[in-house]
Amino acid sequence: MGAKHFGARVARLEDPALLTGRGRFVDDVKIPGVLHACFVRSPYAHARLLGIDVKPALALTGVHAVIVANDLPDPMRSESMPMLLPNPTISSLCTQHALAREEVFYVGQPVAVVIADSRYIAEDAAAAVAVQYEVLPAIGDCRDGIADGAPRAHSAVASNVLSTFQLAYGDVDAAFAGAAHVFEEEIWQHRGGGMAMETRAVLASYDAASDLLTVWSGTQTPHIGRRMLADLIGRELESIRMIAPDVGGGFGPKAIFYPEEAVIPAAALKLGRAIKWIEDRREHFLCATQERDQYWDIAIAVDEEGKILGVRGRMLHDTGAFVPWGIIMPYIAAATVPGPYVVPAYQLETKVVLTNKVPTTPVRGAGRPQAVFAMERLMDRVARELQLDRAEVRRRNFIQPEQMPYEVGLIFRDGKPLVYDSGDYPKGQATALADADYENFRERQRSALNEGRFIGIGIGNYVEGTGLGPFEGVTVRVLQSGKVAVATGATNQGQGTRTTLSQIVAEQVGCRIDDIVMTIGDTGAIAQGVGAFASRQAVNAGCSALLAGQNVRAQLIALAARVLGVNDSDIDLDDGKAVANTGNKPIIGFGELARLAQGIPGVSLPAGQAAGLEHTAYYAPQQAAYCSGSHVAEVEVDAMTGGVKIVRYTVAHDAGTVINPMIVDGQVQGGVAHGIGNALLEWMQYDENGQPLTTSFADYMLPMATDVPTCAIAHVETVNPLNPLGVKGAGEGGTIPAPAAIIAAIEDALSPFDVHFTETPLTPERIVAALRAAGAYEKLFAA
Amino acid sequence: MGKQATRLTVNGKAHARIVESRLTLADFLRHELGLTGTHLGCEHGVCGACTVLVDGRSARSCLMFAVQANGCDVTTVEGLTPDGSLSVLQQAFVDNHGLQCGFCTPGMLITLTELLRDNPAPTEDEVREALTGNLCRCTGYAGIVKAALDAAQRLRDRNGG
Repeated sequence: MGAKHFGARVARLEDPALLTGRGRFVDDVKIPGVLHACFVRSPYAHARLLGIDVKPALALTGVHAVIVANDLPDPMRSESMPMLLPNPTISSLCTQHALAREEVFYVGQPVAVVIADSRYIAEDAAAAVAVQYEVLPAIGDCRDGIADGAPRAHSAVASNVLSTFQLAYGDVDAAFAGAAHVFEEEIWQHRGGGMAMETRAVLASYDAASDLLTVWSGTQTPHIGRRMLADLIGRELESIRMIAPDVGGGFGPKAIFYPEEAVIPAAALKLGRAIKWIEDRREHFLCATQERDQYWDIAIAVDEEGKILGVRGRMLHDTGAFVPWGIIMPYIAAATVPGPYVVPAYQLETKVVLTNKVPTTPVRGAGRPQAVFAMERLMDRVARELQLDRAEVRRRNFIQPEQMPYEVGLIFRDGKPLVYDSGDYPKGQATALADADYENFRERQRSALNEGRFIGIGIGNYVEGTGLGPFEGVTVRVLQSGKVAVATGATNQGQGTRTTLSQIVAEQVGCRIDDIVMTIGDTGAIAQGVGAFASRQAVNAGCSALLAGQNVRAQLIALAARVLGVNDSDIDLDDGKAVANTGNKPIIGFGELARLAQGIPGVSLPAGQAAGLEHTAYYAPQQAAYCSGSHVAEVEVDAMTGGVKIVRYTVAHDAGTVINPMIVDGQVQGGVAHGIGNALLEWMQYDENGQPLTTSFADYMLPMATDVPTCAIAHVETVNPLNPLGVKGAGEGGTIPAPAAIIAAIEDALSPFDVHFTETPLTPERIVAALRAAGAYEKLFAA
Repeated sequence: MGKQATRLTVNGKAHARIVESRLTLADFLRHELGLTGTHLGCEHGVCGACTVLVDGRSARSCLMFAVQANGCDVTTVEGLTPDGSLSVLQQAFVDNHGLQCGFCTPGMLITLTELLRDNPAPTEDEVREALTGNLCRCTGYAGIVKAALDAAQRLRDRNGG
């Protein structure tokens, strides 16, 4: 065997092209004669659509068409977009039309599309399309939406409360009635958008000779997108090919199938021309799905020792104008609250409220950062009230490793009982605390305080259901060149999927990692696929790669043994060759074996010989894989400006078996950066009429290089017993507990002033306001 | 729309074109010259993905018209490695996991090329400060900062310290 790939810090195969300007993102795909699109979008959060006059736009030189809803093919002309994740509690099917019909429901909703020679002309023409609206009252805040007599967010939907559901187990009332202490928190949490650096992008081209519609889309889910598109335009799946080439970041919002992904292909078919639409950043702020506000009222009941007896509360979720992915985020949030702790009784009632804002769908973490923030704020509150160390309160309540597998008592979003497969939460926290030098922190804090500096420390623990089904697939095929082709429905937006899967296949098949030819994110390469979301690809695609690789390995060995006249057990596979360990050690290369596996025209294959040294495996996990972690944030707060500097950030992370530690560390570090944005910076604001107020990077802050420290990351590997690789997901864990740890650290830093924070993002203005209200400045100036 | 002539040198090669006055330098590079390594992430001058060198100084090619680059010498990511191999900085990005999706990467490389030219021995804080004009959503910057410091060290070693 050559170099060991699995588990090693293998350099990424993706890098050389991306570093030299040879990446191929959608806007880099050049098709001669391509036309460009610009969408006409609603300027109102809620309005009746009275009429569209396209003539002034059509009069401009270089404009080829202006397409409105009635110009679209059936059935998308009149039917709304499909909803991917149904839930019986959703009272009304709320998805949008690809182009608006009688009513518009959020600022930015597509109303028409202009097709022109250039994007510049298309933008000119879009401004010339005259749309008449009758403005309707809008719901700009979900708390207003539930008030008696509130206007309707949708004229045809009687209640703005689209869904009410409860997750519960145990006797919560009894737990609270008998508790030594009950503490309650009111929490506001905002999460912003995915804000991938590449905006969304669609290019469609129809080839009449092959009757094939090819769509390039900057999507996380090309196979799902193709299914949606086929239904909307009434074409067979086999006559559509969807390709996600290099995609510049995903983070959730690119897992959604959007109106633009249906309208651009429909326009390409209608005009018989290739058409490209590249979203601009302002459109991304207006129209790419986001997460947003949740309001929590949540209480914890504990005994004298701080052991949890029960948790109960209510949560309000602003879902925006539609539910393309159902109510998955509030559901996940509700199921994530108990986390790594023994919570004997639990009850959370959730209301999902329609507002006139862009729909919400999962953004990295998908409801979990909010749940973890709520639970960890309660744990910190218990510690403070009972005058216990915050780590000690958590230690007293951890699920112990010997309790695994641990049944929480809820049904998770995969439809299966929420059963933690494995994990060592006490060890995770102990590791993070040791690496953060938690023990000596109070000493550091005292000496900082003597210098007039306010530093604080905070802890965030979480458990995350990852690796969700239904399945993913990998095909492995040995080529006559001796190289190994791999195709997968998994996709790559920066996770290093190509590298990770190559590591697995190379190890199984016995070839060099650079002799793998991978096709990724292309419906033309593998029949079935799902895509990237829910930290699922290492589990789903990774295990598919393992199973397909094992199968092809067995085929290679059997064929080589027969050709070389030895037993199977005498064959080793290494470096693209089969070597017999007998006699004069005859060798046969993979290329020759691949040719033999094709047989001879007209001659039967030998008994037992499969055709073609090829296998496709579709791995379907039985349930989620539960990863976990502990984060410790140490911050310094400038009491005068409210500025927060994260001076040290420590992570202990359990993603099960690690395939490539470099890639997993990168996922964790990047996830933490996203969590820092959520904790301190990112806030997509709207006014009371649903008008977006933060539609540029000047108004909506992303973390910069000076905001994000380099994390100390430790891997606490507990092998997942439920899948053959032992892996769990790693893509979102970095984000999930970060706001909880950071806000706790800020509160700790400002403990001399006894301020309490229960919100994210916690901006400098709000820190200063809290300090002012607490009389901090009188104290500071007196000192 | 009005058109104007522009003559400029890009990655050492002279170009003379008549373009719309409002054509941005970024779109000119990407769509007129086919140099698609320069990316557009915001088109309002914050994200830095479109950063190129104009007469040796980093500039946002989304905020500049092609005709404003008349007479200028422009370097894009494609010009950092004329022989198609990897530069010291690019190799340091591979070794230190300085990129994930790769969309912001060309702008990062241009900004850091300028930094390492002007300041061969930057501190970590100086690297981070230089990178505040370039947003990355994937990496959390750790690998990029590490790559910059690693490349600076390798370049100093190569140049005899």
